[in-house]
Amino acid sequence: MQNSLFLIELGGVVLLLAILARLALRFGFSPIPLYLLGGLAFGQGGVIPLVTADEFIEAGAEIGLILLLFSLGLEYSASELVGSLRSTAVIGGLDLLLNFTPGFVGGLMLGWDVVPSVFLGGITYISSSGVIARTLDDLGWMGNRETPLVLAILVIEDLAMAAFLPLGTVLLVGGGTWRVAVSVGVATAVVVLVLAVAARYGRAISRAVFSRSDEALLFGILAVLLLTAGATEALNVSAAVGAFLAGIAFSGPAADRARSLLVPLRSVFAGAFFLFFGFEVDPGTLPRALPSAAALAVVGAATKYATGWLAARRAGLRRRGRIRAGVGLIARGEFSIVIAGIAVASGAEPEIGPIAAAYVLLLAVCGPLLARVADRLAAAPAGPV
Amino acid sequence: MGIVSETRLPGIGVRYEFVTEAGARVGIVHHRSGMRELVLFERDDPDTSHDLVRLSAEETRTLAELLGVSQVAKDLAELEQDVEGLAVDRLPLSGASPFDGRTIGDTGARTRTGVSIVAVLRAGSAHPAPGPDFGLRGGDVLVVVGTPRGIEELAILLRSD
Repeated sequence: MQNSLFLIELGGVVLLLAILARLALRFGFSPIPLYLLGGLAFGQGGVIPLVTADEFIEAGAEIGLILLLFSLGLEYSASELVGSLRSTAVIGGLDLLLNFTPGFVGGLMLGWDVVPSVFLGGITYISSSGVIARTLDDLGWMGNRETPLVLAILVIEDLAMAAFLPLGTVLLVGGGTWRVAVSVGVATAVVVLVLAVAARYGRAISRAVFSRSDEALLFGILAVLLLTAGATEALNVSAAVGAFLAGIAFSGPAADRARSLLVPLRSVFAGAFFLFFGFEVDPGTLPRALPSAAALAVVGAATKYATGWLAARRAGLRRRGRIRAGVGLIARGEFSIVIAGIAVASGAEPEIGPIAAAYVLLLAVCGPLLARVADRLAAAPAGPV
Repeated sequence: MGIVSETRLPGIGVRYEFVTEAGARVGIVHHRSGMRELVLFERDDPDTSHDLVRLSAEETRTLAELLGVSQVAKDLAELEQDVEGLAVDRLPLSGASPFDGRTIGDTGARTRTGVSIVAVLRAGSAHPAPGPDFGLRGGDVLVVVGTPRGIEELAILLRSD
């Protein structure tokens, strides 16, 4: 009996995801905000809270987070990351300064401690690679001159997140200055070690794992991924970072195959991840969070626009390219939720969940819309933008 | 034509851009999926595009073939007209020819007529730059280069020994 209830609940959740994915496709925007809304409706304090499938979905969400970061890492090789870090360092620094500050200051203004404020800074800082790549494609902007710039900024942000997550996790664990210093040392050492192994033995690992059989390859990759994620988590560095680093280690045919094999798996589990984040947030707390989230969203949209605009001007682009680079970067999404998820799990600040959810809901929907509208306005001969 | 600039698009593919002699700016995106995008920009504003064509892998092949092959055909036609005293021709080798089953060296084409056999077309595929020991068969088509007179002589030679 218990078992049938579990299956039915799980089936209901998957059905919900299916409907939301369809809706998102129909209206041409990212499904992430819809998954969050779905999670809000069926989680804690929602319309029909789940009873038995909760734990299973929590495990699924954990895997979703790991797969999300792993497939991000698969996109890059260690040398590419270093290369783009050099070429985009100035803009990357500007991006961090302009977009981390609003969240950090906002957190302090809300009377939070420093650590949750740092997390809120991370949430307002990071743009959504997923939503933005999709918007660029939908709008036919991939061939434009500003697109390499926009994508380079996203790469830098992903790298910054890989540094942020272990440091943030250490701060959350807390303790005295001495303990924090040791933890930071351990975290840095682990990241450097894994990166060095990835750079040095990436090819060998890829070759060892590669197999003509999709089944053997998939199990091999998942084994490396889960073990790395588990090991980094055990060292308090956050499984997400381990997964990202594991992704960087893979290259060549193994990475190409892994990408196509893992995309469907990632979509399924990432759906569970966003849904689960929604579960954890009590919708009753949203109205109170909305004013702060809306204020942060307005400031966050403006600062991202400024970042893109300045970067494009620096690269010698004209007016329309600058405007598109600015609006193109506004959308926030999956990575803000990744950062918020870690803060929520630690229970550091109860308000951070609802504020992050509302912030991402607003900007994941408004970002792509603004991009559409702004370019149309800019196209008009004497546009007001 | 200006240089083709190449930029990697992480997670997407590669973007190429060049400006034609006449000033038209062309952008091309190679997506990992095999899709290609062709973007044409305004002459006076490199950040405003006036057209975007999305091509599937198959459409890309077709377009490349149309652009590439017609160029080769044109070059060949120009060669025939431009170089005075030099002709390019195709000579069919019938099954009744004495050279059916013998080699290019046996024909003595170059020593006797001064004509070079630059390719042999057989069953729809080309064998470029065949050596003297290349075996000929009835039904082959020989692509030859030489003086118009030499080619005439070779045609006669191939028919009768």
